[in-house]
Amino acid sequence: MANKLITADQAADLVQDGMTLMIGGFMSNGTPEILISALIEKGIKDLTVIANDGGTTGTGIGRLIAVGAVRRLIASHIGLNPLTGQLMNKGKMEVRLIPQGTLIEQIRAGGAGLGGVLTPTGLGTEIEVGKEIIEVDGKKYLLEKPLKADVALIRASIADETGNIFYKATTRNFNPLIATAASTVIAAAEEIVPAGGIEPEAIVTPGIFVDYLVGGESYVD
Amino acid sequence: MSIKEIIAKRVAQELQDGDVVNLGIGLPTMVSDYVSEEITIYLQSENGILGMGPVPAGDSYDRNIVNAGGKPVTVEPGACYFDSAASFAIIRGGHVDMTVLGALQVDQEGSLASHIIPGKMVPGMGGAMDLVTGSKKVIIAMTHTAKENAPKILEKITLPATAVGKVDKIITELAVIEVTNAGLLLKEIAADTTVAEVQDLTAAKLLIAEDLKIGF
Repeated sequence: MANKLITADQAADLVQDGMTLMIGGFMSNGTPEILISALIEKGIKDLTVIANDGGTTGTGIGRLIAVGAVRRLIASHIGLNPLTGQLMNKGKMEVRLIPQGTLIEQIRAGGAGLGGVLTPTGLGTEIEVGKEIIEVDGKKYLLEKPLKADVALIRASIADETGNIFYKATTRNFNPLIATAASTVIAAAEEIVPAGGIEPEAIVTPGIFVDYLVGGESYVD
Repeated sequence: MSIKEIIAKRVAQELQDGDVVNLGIGLPTMVSDYVSEEITIYLQSENGILGMGPVPAGDSYDRNIVNAGGKPVTVEPGACYFDSAASFAIIRGGHVDMTVLGALQVDQEGSLASHIIPGKMVPGMGGAMDLVTGSKKVIIAMTHTAKENAPKILEKITLPATAVGKVDKIITELAVIEVTNAGLLLKEIAADTTVAEVQDLTAAKLLIAEDLKIGF
């Protein structure tokens, strides 16, 4: 098995201006901060970011937005990062808001080779505009198409050297799903252990989805 | 007791033993402070918890455990964690008994607006659209009016809809109102108000329940 271990700087080199990134986390809980820092240091720009939310002021995706690295954000919620709303209203950043359960299913579909999902969420609201409505057994659903990305940045509590991942508590959120839906997947781990260091039953993200591992992940304040 | 506490306390009376409940950020979260000791409910948090507990007492907390507002929280014995797809299978799939959320506007057809004021407030819908679509029961917990007594309960919402025709009950500091096929049915009023005042502060016609309760 190829050695997946790289540095945060090497990880940042895999991300180019203009790329579409999926980034794990929920209000920055479960967001790989070490990779965010490396991208900021590199001076990345024009990113399209697909994530649950815009992070918070000073953490996670909020830090990328603050340095102007995000041209377009596809998320379900931006309320905890006032700057995002301000940039959106000024027309400086494009924001597409998607219901959380729809967004995660679009990502799941993208990663699972599906042509989309049918959901009742958003019927009769602005969300349905421009979308196909499909009736199944007398019930109406919106056709939501799959989402994919160039690179996914995920956060592991513990990874083994083959890329198998265990997530502590609520840090799991979007991470296991986005790990399936990008061409290149980079995981930042708090702890990296030898193969066999995580019980196979406790592995949530199989290592086959993970291309690169970066150690030294920790929280920022 | 503050207006928010009055509302939260009244919402808590709607809970039944064994209910799986999702409480929105803000006022709805306060409902958990008033759950009867005689029942056990299971709080679902859309970021990936079933069996969420109270916020941590004291200064120490586990940074790996947060609620849907991103704030530290605890879990009860028997709690479990899951990813966002599983979380929304629970929510959209009809496995949540009750969702309680706030709203900017609600109307007599049970439609609500809670996620955006175009050009002004743009928090986004988060999980709200899925919650109101999939939950067995949807309760709106909010102040009866906005600033300067501007009505929030209307014939037809004017802000972008978060969901159409999904609300079951509206609970405010003044009243408990059920959304029925015939329209808005006033079921209860607070002790310090009158039917006339509640109607005056509501921009849709209220039907009065035959067994109208007074005082909560």
